Amino acid sequence: MALQAIAFYLMAAVTLASALAVVSSKNPVHSVLFLIAAFFSAAGLFVLLGAEFLAMLLVVVYVGAVAVLFLFVVMMLDVDFAELRQGFARYMPLGGLIAGGLAIEMIIVSTTVATKGAARLNENPMASGTAGPGIPNAEAIGRVLYTQYVYFFQAAGMVLLVAMIGAIVLTLRHKPGVKRQIIMDQVLRTPANGMRMVSPKPGEGIDA
Amino acid sequence: MDFWNTPIGWTLWTVGQILLITVPLLLVVAFVIYGDRKIFAAVQLRKGPNVVGPFGLLQSFADLGKFLIKELIVPAGADKFVFLLAPLISVTLALGSWAAMPLAPGWVVANINVGILYLFAVSSMGVYGIIMGGWASNSKYPFLGALRSAAQMVSYEVSIGFVIITVILLSGTMNLTDIVVKQGGGFWNWNILGGAGLKNLPLALVMIPMGVIFFISGLAETNRPPFDLPEAESELVAGYAIEYGSTPYMLFYLAETSNIILMSGLMAVLFLGGWQAPWPTHYLDGLTHSGWSWLASLHGLLIFAFKTLFVFFMNAMVRSVVPRYRYDQLMRLGWKVFLPTSLVAVALVAGWRVYGGIG
Repeated sequence: MALQAIAFYLMAAVTLASALAVVSSKNPVHSVLFLIAAFFSAAGLFVLLGAEFLAMLLVVVYVGAVAVLFLFVVMMLDVDFAELRQGFARYMPLGGLIAGGLAIEMIIVSTTVATKGAARLNENPMASGTAGPGIPNAEAIGRVLYTQYVYFFQAAGMVLLVAMIGAIVLTLRHKPGVKRQIIMDQVLRTPANGMRMVSPKPGEGIDA
Repeated sequence: MDFWNTPIGWTLWTVGQILLITVPLLLVVAFVIYGDRKIFAAVQLRKGPNVVGPFGLLQSFADLGKFLIKELIVPAGADKFVFLLAPLISVTLALGSWAAMPLAPGWVVANINVGILYLFAVSSMGVYGIIMGGWASNSKYPFLGALRSAAQMVSYEVSIGFVIITVILLSGTMNLTDIVVKQGGGFWNWNILGGAGLKNLPLALVMIPMGVIFFISGLAETNRPPFDLPEAESELVAGYAIEYGSTPYMLFYLAETSNIILMSGLMAVLFLGGWQAPWPTHYLDGLTHSGWSWLASLHGLLIFAFKTLFVFFMNAMVRSVVPRYRYDQLMRLGWKVFLPTSLVAVALVAGWRVYGGIG
């Protein structure tokens, strides 16, 4: 237990400190790197909770893919952050309001969960065989996700699919007059149709 | 045994296990680098390293000494902290991923239920070492190399993910040890042939191409030739590693080689039965139930090492004989060939699991 406590406080401290550094560091690339550190230590907290499947998904999806694209974009952008900071006083009240609202929401949620327990559709997961000591939590999640919550799950999948198609449609552009590579032609090219034997006489050259 | 259950004892025990894996791994890396150079040389009818020690066997150790005593130079415009952090991240992730690798029956540091996802997550984080190094160097060629590697690694992770899903579907578990255990009893039970002997043999038609895709994606994921565009010397000098020298460069190189061995080992675990021998091993049953179980483990370790080195040999041969890809061809291969193929394979394997009648 002592080790778990040490690990918890260590990772919680790292999460909070790097979350703070995300908003306070001067260099945007450093902000993204701190964001990655925050994701990673949050994954560590998930592992401590026994939710190793969620922890790995957090690392694969957010750290491994989303944050790489973030980093990609931020490194390429040439943003003058000194200029951006000038509006700080103007946006301060609105930002403070949103932050306050979120803080109140989180306090309400966490106190409710702490006093009354989390709300669940499945009143007794142990009895229905969806959760228990012998079942790995990837399997436990799968059992409820594909039975009770299957419609929500499918709906979420549809939303993602539509978003993906939308992104492709918005960025797909066929400009006329642009030379494109046709891979099939390149693959099918053989010495017979790609080469021509000529024997020019001295001083004549070849007219292509 | 009580001492080992106290926090201090547990920590010592785990650290001991980690050292027991890391130290031999570093030795293996040294000889694998030597072997890689020898194979490369043999293909080109050269001798390769042959001066330091007998047959040049100590070449890697000489290189190690050379790297360690060189001066560390940080470029003037570099982001010093990130510049030095990048190789450390690379090497930490490369060594950390060995924690979940089952080396022999019962020989694994962390036998976690989501072992395969852990390896996938750690290898997907490997891109940060390269992209941070390229950016922090504050120079154009390293940055171009970093951008290329980020795009390349993210692209090939997708197809690796789908290939891994086909293996998970066959095995019904994400625990690497269980995946290996299920492939026991002979080479006809290996996942590359469908995973369950004659009953699943039709799946070999799907799984053999999946194995090939995994192998090729592994090459791309570890920036090995013919996909070594992040460090393509003919156009980017040395890619993300231009500004590095001395120990940080050595750490990058160590991480890369360790990742290559990891990918070879993962290929062995996922498709070639890991530590399981290609023949039925009933003669080990007596050992397993007596005090001699470590002999059975050693037997498994040797087989696993042989398979891993075989895959690595293929890797080195590809490096020697295949010319480098063009960048657009690389992207096309990843997104337009591997991704649809592996997606169809996931559907086929899932369909077989439900309708093929094999539980």
